[in-house]
Amino acid sequence: MERHLYSHDASMLAGEPIAVCFPESAEEVRRIVASCAAHGRPFVARGSGTGLTGGATPPVGAVVISTVRMNRVLEVDEMSRTAWVEPGVLNLDLTRRVERFGLHFAPDPSSQQSCSIGGNVANNSGGPHCLADGVTAAHVMAIDVVLPDGSTARLGGSEAEPAGYDLRGVFVGSEGMFGVATAVLVRLTRTPSDVSTMLIDFVDVAHGAGTVSAIIADGIVPAALEMMDRLCIAAVEEYLHAGLPTDAAAVLLVETTGDPARVAEESRRITEIALANRARTVRVAADDAERALLWKGRKSAFGAVARIAPNYYLHDTVVPRHRLTAVLSGVYEIADRHRLQVMNVFHAGDGNLHPILMFDRRDPGVMERVHAAGEEIVRLSVENGGVLSGEHGIGLEKRDLMPLMFDDDDLHSQDLLRSVFDPRRLANPGKVLPTAATCGDLQGVPEGTWI
Amino acid sequence: MRDLKSDPVLRAFAEEIGPTDAVSIVGSGSTGPHGRGRVVRAPSGILEVRADEMTVRCRAGTPVAELSVALAELGQRVALPTTAGTVGGALARGRSDHFRLGRGPVRDTLLGAVWIDHRGGLVAGGGPTVKNVSGFDLPRLMVGSWGTLGALAEVILRTNPVPRASGWFRRSCSDRSELFAIRVATHRPVSLLWDGADLWMFAEGHPDDLTRLADDWTAVSDGPVLPESVRTSLDPEIAVRAVEARDAESRRVTEVGVGIVHSSRPLGEALAPPRPDPRVVDLCRRVKTTFDPSGRFNPGVDVLDLAR
Repeated sequence: MERHLYSHDASMLAGEPIAVCFPESAEEVRRIVASCAAHGRPFVARGSGTGLTGGATPPVGAVVISTVRMNRVLEVDEMSRTAWVEPGVLNLDLTRRVERFGLHFAPDPSSQQSCSIGGNVANNSGGPHCLADGVTAAHVMAIDVVLPDGSTARLGGSEAEPAGYDLRGVFVGSEGMFGVATAVLVRLTRTPSDVSTMLIDFVDVAHGAGTVSAIIADGIVPAALEMMDRLCIAAVEEYLHAGLPTDAAAVLLVETTGDPARVAEESRRITEIALANRARTVRVAADDAERALLWKGRKSAFGAVARIAPNYYLHDTVVPRHRLTAVLSGVYEIADRHRLQVMNVFHAGDGNLHPILMFDRRDPGVMERVHAAGEEIVRLSVENGGVLSGEHGIGLEKRDLMPLMFDDDDLHSQDLLRSVFDPRRLANPGKVLPTAATCGDLQGVPEGTWI
Repeated sequence: MRDLKSDPVLRAFAEEIGPTDAVSIVGSGSTGPHGRGRVVRAPSGILEVRADEMTVRCRAGTPVAELSVALAELGQRVALPTTAGTVGGALARGRSDHFRLGRGPVRDTLLGAVWIDHRGGLVAGGGPTVKNVSGFDLPRLMVGSWGTLGALAEVILRTNPVPRASGWFRRSCSDRSELFAIRVATHRPVSLLWDGADLWMFAEGHPDDLTRLADDWTAVSDGPVLPESVRTSLDPEIAVRAVEARDAESRRVTEVGVGIVHSSRPLGEALAPPRPDPRVVDLCRRVKTTFDPSGRFNPGVDVLDLAR
């Protein structure tokens, strides 16, 4: 029964582990991996299982290595603004541990209450506040890893320019296919002194998207720049009663942080730009309580979905900001054509779309329509100069769409990199790279896996 | 990334590299060893600057100075050292300047790239947007690779807006406890440089915020002169120790919070950077033999040696 709980992540993609291990130390991880290597047994490292692409879905017969019991913050260095942490430390727990120093961990995925640092490293996770401060790769200096052959190494280091190739850099975002992280040296970010949070509403999506581009082109990089569309606003308001304008076609949640004069000026300038782009109203949070309420609205969007439909499928692509309007109208058209409801709540400042297709899986044939619509959204994004994924990763979900961005030579080169770390293809096989690029994994997609 | 490969200029560069003999990739020729092969130079040219995307696409042979001028016209800049010759050279070297603390390292500027592999073919990695986790991040491997894995042809870089105001500030600071207190109190300095007697800070932002810094700091026209002879990358704490251990004849300046030490003479064995662990050495060798099996790119150049 318990094994079944580890047969999938937060996606709908299920596999079947042969065993689940709960190591409490790097040495225990090493022994588990060495044992897998000795027996040619595939293994999958797993953090909190909040991934959305089947990245932690075990191939049939794989050993799952859960890092939940490796959850200690080992060391905090205020001078260097760094901390050594174990991979099972939860993202928000790390920030809570260091906030007394006026520091925080910048990547803040919506799942930050439950996702782990190890998972953040595997997926190179982002979050609303990565617009100004960068995603996980920019906040990881070193990683202690157990390589797929059972040996150990420290990739990167506390020094700025360690010798050799940037193995740390390629390990981040490798989706558990290059080894298992057992400790991570993260960079901590100074929490800004001043903050201004604005909610700006529009009568059409195009002017909301135009405001996003105009703010960035004006030389302002807000700490966060999020968008919610009409359906999302309505769902959140019904759920939260935050005073959101339910008659608006789109709202932007904009946050600017830093020193006082800068924040005041950026706030004023953003208001001017928004009004010039036909914003209807600009609501500036008067205090921390109102700011928290506005953010709660943004972060509870996924919970609010349940009020509309029992099931949803969350997508993740990135497009250049100047293509946001065109791609969003394409997303609505695709959903209409497949007779699905869609709502959008996303990191507009990064061009990082998160269309949420909502449905009732008991409806006959609905899953086929959900998947057809999802693939069309991904294709549309890439055709508009975008990419397959901004922060959720490729996993199983988008593996076979990789050729939309990369040709055979590119994919072969990615497979070469993987072979440097894992020539026997035991670490999380079957993910990221389409089978044609990998010369055949030991384990393909498990039978019955549903993509 | 697929569509970038149709550029005839890149195809011509790939043909020039070809599939067989040893090549030495030269940027502006301003720095560093280049191996012992046939000399090749990447094509030059800025292809697209977009302030609203905070990205620029250019060929690897583009001079950093030319790129900086083009970006400045749109109020943007890129975190490559201004002293670097070409964009490709700056990336291949992978060394950041002393504004790294605030502007970020060179390695975080490269979003996407097209390079020529050992077979003389065009390979693309990364992507055109700032946020992207589509597949393994091969461009990361190219930064700091000293041209030993392939020849960079075209790159997409992240840019940032130029702040309204900036300036150097100085205050006296002669011991580590004082340094620690200041470091903890300063918000997000772009550069903090300490020579054991004085601390310099480079700050950027709104003019009024900078003016307020004058309560604790003295505005100065320039930062310290950095000793150019030796540049050592250390743990930031050990770098502070290196400055404390200076003698009367030597000058040492450390980038606080980063750990680079600029010194007029070598720091000595006790303060040598850590040797990479044997498994990392082994992985680096495997990277080299995997991506350049015949050793044709910059032969004789070893990334592990260069960092010593």
